[in-house]
Amino acid sequence: MNSKEAVIRTEGVTKIYDSGEVQVEALKGIDLAIKPGELLAIMGASGSGKSTMLNILGCLDYPSRGDYFLDGIHVNDLDRDQLADIRNRKIGFVFQGFNLLARTSAFENVELPLLYTRNVPNQDINLLTRQALERVGLKDRAHHYPNQLSGGQQQRVAIARALVNQPAIILADEPTGNLDTRTSIEIMATFQELNRQGITIILVTHEHDIADYCRRVIEFRDGLIIRDQEVAQPRDASRDLETGQLQTSGLGERS
Amino acid sequence: MKWKNLIKVAFKSIVKNKMRTLLTMLGIIIGVGAVIVMVAIGKGAEQRIQNQISSMGTNLIMVFPGSSQQRGVHMGSDQGVRLTLDDVEWLKKNSTLLEAISPMVRSDVQVIGGSGNWNSSVYGVSEGYLAIRDWKLSSGDFFTANDIRAQSKICVIGQTLVKNLFANEDPVGQQLRLRNVPFRVIGVLKERGQSAFGQDQDDVIIAPYSTVYYRLSGQPHIHQILARATSLNQMEQAQAEITSIMRESHKLAEGEDADFTVRNQTDIASTAQETTRVLTILLASIASISLLVGGIGIMNIMLVSVTERTHEIGIRMAVGARSRDILVQFLIEAIVLSLSGGLIGVMIGFGATYIVHLATDWNTVIAMENVLLSFGFAGAVGVFFGYYPARKAAALNPIEALRYE
Ligand SMILES: Nc1ncnc2c1ncn2[C@@H]1O[C@H](COP(=O)(O)OP(=O)(O)O)[C@@H](O)[C@H]1O
Ligand SMILES: [Mg+2]
Repeated sequence: MNSKEAVIRTEGVTKIYDSGEVQVEALKGIDLAIKPGELLAIMGASGSGKSTMLNILGCLDYPSRGDYFLDGIHVNDLDRDQLADIRNRKIGFVFQGFNLLARTSAFENVELPLLYTRNVPNQDINLLTRQALERVGLKDRAHHYPNQLSGGQQQRVAIARALVNQPAIILADEPTGNLDTRTSIEIMATFQELNRQGITIILVTHEHDIADYCRRVIEFRDGLIIRDQEVAQPRDASRDLETGQLQTSGLGERS
Repeated sequence: MKWKNLIKVAFKSIVKNKMRTLLTMLGIIIGVGAVIVMVAIGKGAEQRIQNQISSMGTNLIMVFPGSSQQRGVHMGSDQGVRLTLDDVEWLKKNSTLLEAISPMVRSDVQVIGGSGNWNSSVYGVSEGYLAIRDWKLSSGDFFTANDIRAQSKICVIGQTLVKNLFANEDPVGQQLRLRNVPFRVIGVLKERGQSAFGQDQDDVIIAPYSTVYYRLSGQPHIHQILARATSLNQMEQAQAEITSIMRESHKLAEGEDADFTVRNQTDIASTAQETTRVLTILLASIASISLLVGGIGIMNIMLVSVTERTHEIGIRMAVGARSRDILVQFLIEAIVLSLSGGLIGVMIGFGATYIVHLATDWNTVIAMENVLLSFGFAGAVGVFFGYYPARKAAALNPIEALRYE
C-alpha cells in the first residue's frame, strides 16, 4: 500500500476494553490504509469491532496498541484537546441514532461544530451552515426542530452537521440502521454525491444492500479484517431511486 | 472556542430549559431577596436609633440607682435603691457644670378622663424637665417651681394620650383622674415617637415630682435623676462631678463601690445600637444561610443536569468541543443563572422591603453596598457551586457520553 497517499493508515491497531475483571480485545491488530476519495463500507457481525474501529479512526478514542496516522499525523501522540480539534476540523460524524440536540433547530444543530472552531467569523458561520443544509436538500427546514422532521430528514441534518466544517473524512456508524429502504437509499445517494465531490467516506453497515453502493468493502470478524474487496461497479443510488429499483436482488444471497 | 459563542451556547441552553432554569434560580432569588429584606430591616432599626441620638440632645445625663456592675439596671429597679430627693438637693447645691437637674418619679397609673380610660405612666419631674429632655409643648403651659412647692395636681400629657382620650376636644383645661386623684391638664407635649428601646415616648403624663412623690407613688425614693450638662464638650467632667457629689451625698468611703450609675444618653443609645447591630448581623446570617442553600440548590440541579445532559455533552465533544469548552459552558450557565437569580432577588427584595415597611411601619434602609454585596455573593455562589458539576461534565469520556441514553 502506498502510505504517502493514504489519508488514513493504521498499523497493528488493537483495542482492549478493560473493565476490571474482564478484558475484551475488540480489535486484534488492524492494518488498514484508506486513500483520499474512497467510499468504503465496513461490514461484519454485531460485536466484531466495527464501531470500535470507527471510534478510533474518528479520534474519539485511542488505540491500546499500534499506530494510527491521519493525514500523516501520528494520532497516538495527540492529547485530548488536539483530538477534539481534529474531530472538529477534519472529521464529520454520522450516527445510527442521528444524535441531534433535542429542542434545537436544524440550523443550530448544523452550526454546532463551527461554534467550537477557532477563528470563524460569525457571517461565515451563517453562510457555511446554510450551504451545508442546502447540500443535503434541507434549506427550507432550517428552523424545524428534530421532532418535526422525519428520520431521513434528521439524518440529513446530521450529515449537514458532519459537512459544515468541510472535513476531509465522513465517518458514519450504521447511518441507515434506523431508516426504511427508500430513505436508506436516499441517504446513500447523498453520500455518493458527497464522495463524488471528493470527501472520503467510511461507513459501517451490516446490510449488503447498503455496502453495494460502496467502492470498497471490508469485513470484520472478531476484531480482525477477514475480507477487503474493491467493487468494480458499485450501484448508483440516485439511479436506483429514479428507476424505483429499491429491492436489490442481493439480499440474503451473499453471506 | 470564542467567548461569544460559549456565552451564546450557555444562554441557549438556559432558555431552552425554562423549568430547570426557574428551579435553579429559585434558591438564589429567595436567598438574595431575604438578605436584602433582613438587612434593610436591621439597618432601618440602626438608623432610627442614630436619629434618636441626635434628636435626644446629647448633653442629657442620667443617674440610676444601683451599681454600674449590675448591667442593664434601669428605672424601676428596686434593688438597693438609694436615690432620694436629698441627692437632688445636694446636686443642685454643689454642681457647677449642670444647668438643670430634675428628679424623676415614675408610676404606672390608670387614667380616666376625656372619652374613656387608658393605662399609662406618670412621670414626676421638676420644672426644668423640658429643657433637660430638649422637648417642647405643642399647646398650653408647663408647671413652675411654685407648682412643685404647692404639690399642684396638674399635668402635661403626651400625644398618645391626646389621641386616645381627647380625640375630638382640646385637652388643655380638662380633668384627668390618675389613680382616682383628679389632675388638671395644663399642656400638651409635642410628638416624640419611639425611644431607642422601642417605647412610645408619647405615652406619658408629666406632673410635678412632689405631687407624684407624695400623692401617687407611695414609695420613699425616686427612680432617676436627670441633668443637663451646660456644655456638650464637658460631658465627661460633668459626669465626674455628679459622681463625686453623689458619693459625698451617699457618704461612700474611698474605694467603696458606688450604689448608683451615671450615664449619658449616648452611652445608652449606643448600647441599643449595639443590640440592633447584633440583630442585623443575626438577620443577615439567617438570610445568608438561605443564599447558601440556594447555592447548593444550583449545584444539585447542575449535577442532575450534567447526568441528564451526558448525551448532549457527548455530541458536543464528538463535533469538536474541548473539555474546557464544556467546563466553561457549564460554568457560564451556573453564573448566568445565579446572577439573574440575584437580579430578580434584588428586585423582589426591594419590593418585599417596601411591603414590610407599609405593613409594619418599621423603618427600613436599603444600603446599595449590601445590594451589591448580595448580588456579588450570588455570582460567587454560582462559580463555587457550578464548578464541581462543570468539572464533572468536562471530564466525561466522549464515547461513553455518546453511548449514554
Ligand atoms: N466500552 C466498552 N467496554 C467494554 N467492552 C466493549 C466496549 N465497547 C465495545 N465493547 C466490546 O467490544 C467488542 C466490539 O464491539 P463494537 O466495536 O461495538 O462492535 P460492532 O460495532 O461491530 O457491533 C464487543 O465484544 C463489545 O462487547
Ligand atoms: Mg456497532
